[in-house]
Amino acid sequence: MRDVNFGWAIRFVHMNGASFFFIVVYIHIFRGLYYGSYKSPREILWILGVVILLLMMATAFMGYVLPWGQMSFWGAKVITNLFSAIPLVGESVVVWLWGGFSVDNPTLNRFFALHFLLPFVIFGVVFLHIVALHKNGSNNPLGIDTKGPQDSIPFHPYYTVKDYLGLGAFMTIFAAVVFFAPDYMGHPDNYIEANPLQTPPHIVPEWYFLPFYAILRAVPDKLFGVLAMFAAIAVLFILPWLDRSPVRSMRFRPISKWFFWVLAVDAVLLGWCGANAPDDVWMGLQFVVWSRLATIYYFLHFLVIIPYLGLFERPKQPPASIAEAVLGGGTGAAAAAAAKPMEKA
Amino acid sequence: MRILRLAKAAVAAATIAVSASSAHAAGSGIHYESQDWSFSGIFGTIDHAAAQRGYQVYRSVCAGCHSMNLVSFRNLEGIGIPEHTIKVLASEAEIATINGDGETVMRPRLPSDRFPAPFANPQAARASNNGALPPDLSLIAKARANGPNYLYALLTGYHEPPAGMTVSEGMYYNAAFEGHQIAMAPPLSEGAVEFSDGTKATVEQMAHDITTFLMYAAEPHMDERKRTGLKVVLFLFVLTILLYFVKKKVWADLH
Repeated sequence: MRDVNFGWAIRFVHMNGASFFFIVVYIHIFRGLYYGSYKSPREILWILGVVILLLMMATAFMGYVLPWGQMSFWGAKVITNLFSAIPLVGESVVVWLWGGFSVDNPTLNRFFALHFLLPFVIFGVVFLHIVALHKNGSNNPLGIDTKGPQDSIPFHPYYTVKDYLGLGAFMTIFAAVVFFAPDYMGHPDNYIEANPLQTPPHIVPEWYFLPFYAILRAVPDKLFGVLAMFAAIAVLFILPWLDRSPVRSMRFRPISKWFFWVLAVDAVLLGWCGANAPDDVWMGLQFVVWSRLATIYYFLHFLVIIPYLGLFERPKQPPASIAEAVLGGGTGAAAAAAAKPMEKA
Repeated sequence: MRILRLAKAAVAAATIAVSASSAHAAGSGIHYESQDWSFSGIFGTIDHAAAQRGYQVYRSVCAGCHSMNLVSFRNLEGIGIPEHTIKVLASEAEIATINGDGETVMRPRLPSDRFPAPFANPQAARASNNGALPPDLSLIAKARANGPNYLYALLTGYHEPPAGMTVSEGMYYNAAFEGHQIAMAPPLSEGAVEFSDGTKATVEQMAHDITTFLMYAAEPHMDERKRTGLKVVLFLFVLTILLYFVKKKVWADLH
């Protein structure tokens, strides 16, 4: 950090890079939810995506332990102790994870090794994610299948150049944070060296774990709290079968569309709850009450609202083809367009 | 429409970010007055004169109890102290080393050596400080929420306790400290040091200068980081505008 040439740049890019990775992945996931990209025939693609999310979380958690600051240490203590909730073997599992009887040097060593290893696993699953994508091709904002060459455009040059633009915008924002506010998303306590004898008043994880942390703390029972937290991600695995609606895109689902945004607000609310002490009061209610309400809604959304709307919502009629939607006009225009591809000669 | 949706997503992301960090900043609920710092903002740099005065305060006042284990004498170059002066400053404290015969001997410190620590270990520090451990100051400006303003408020926060409050034996009342009882005796008093540049050593002036020095020590590369950032962000900004027009031109070939 201070003695290696450009150590400050490497540290801040790495630290904020993790945060920005989660920012783009969360946007990517919510986009998938909005346009129904998880639905048949792309279930495998979606499930691989959730696997990547889980791997990212493990990698980010272990990486956060490595600076060995106060939040690193106590975060590691809290998260590894979650496994002690497992009946019968819990305590032994925790000792096995630690490599000792407390979070200590062996824990740090193995987390370092795993933090190096897991990104290669992520890379492998990303590769499978792309293989699965190429099986059926991308979904689209209309959520309808492509019917012929008139419905799609070549990846190059159109999407390569568009991705350059997106990359440019992303890098500009990323660089601004790295160079001008590198500690903005961090916690000041992590600049204090780990001290096993002194617990910080509030242990909080990095921002991208806050919603899950809120779910964990919302449940009064330890085992069920841990189960609820893992269930919050596990529910994404079965989402393709929870949503029975034949229409993919929310553009044509007038009621689901609103519930989508309620879910987005709910996720932010959970994050806000995770960041605050459970006993503090916000808008007349304790945060623990807020996180319980938000947790209940989160599971209600996936387990009740989505299956119900899938069966009973009356969707609008999606256009017959992408070409028709793009070119507008009635069936005549569409028929004319069907004859030639999207590109002008 | 697309821009609108992107904006919505950006707002959602920003909300999460803001809620996270503002919650981190929350804590004791004590308000720290924002001071005028030379290093605030994206163009802000460390004021060398203030940081040099701050080093003088550290060396003659704070260093009696507080270590700065991550900081080397050579780091003082970054606040404009010339090399030959640093050599003299470093040599005034000795460090243990092993000579050719395997004996432990003392030698003068070099600019590449760290600042000397006042106590050999935390136990010794507690023993001489009524059981309290004076924290290491290397990163203190970043290890507290709203660091610089907090440090200034703490150093200038010693007052008579309000009526009805009893302060425990060996503790002092401090308006800025969580719980308002701190084991550190008021470190600064008017004229505690004599600045060679003629600046009057008031408590406020010293608190300001030492905070500037501690901010520098916590991140010696801050000035370089901001300077580099300005070039990088400007470059990327212009590049992104150009990419926007390239994208527009390429996509113009579509219906």
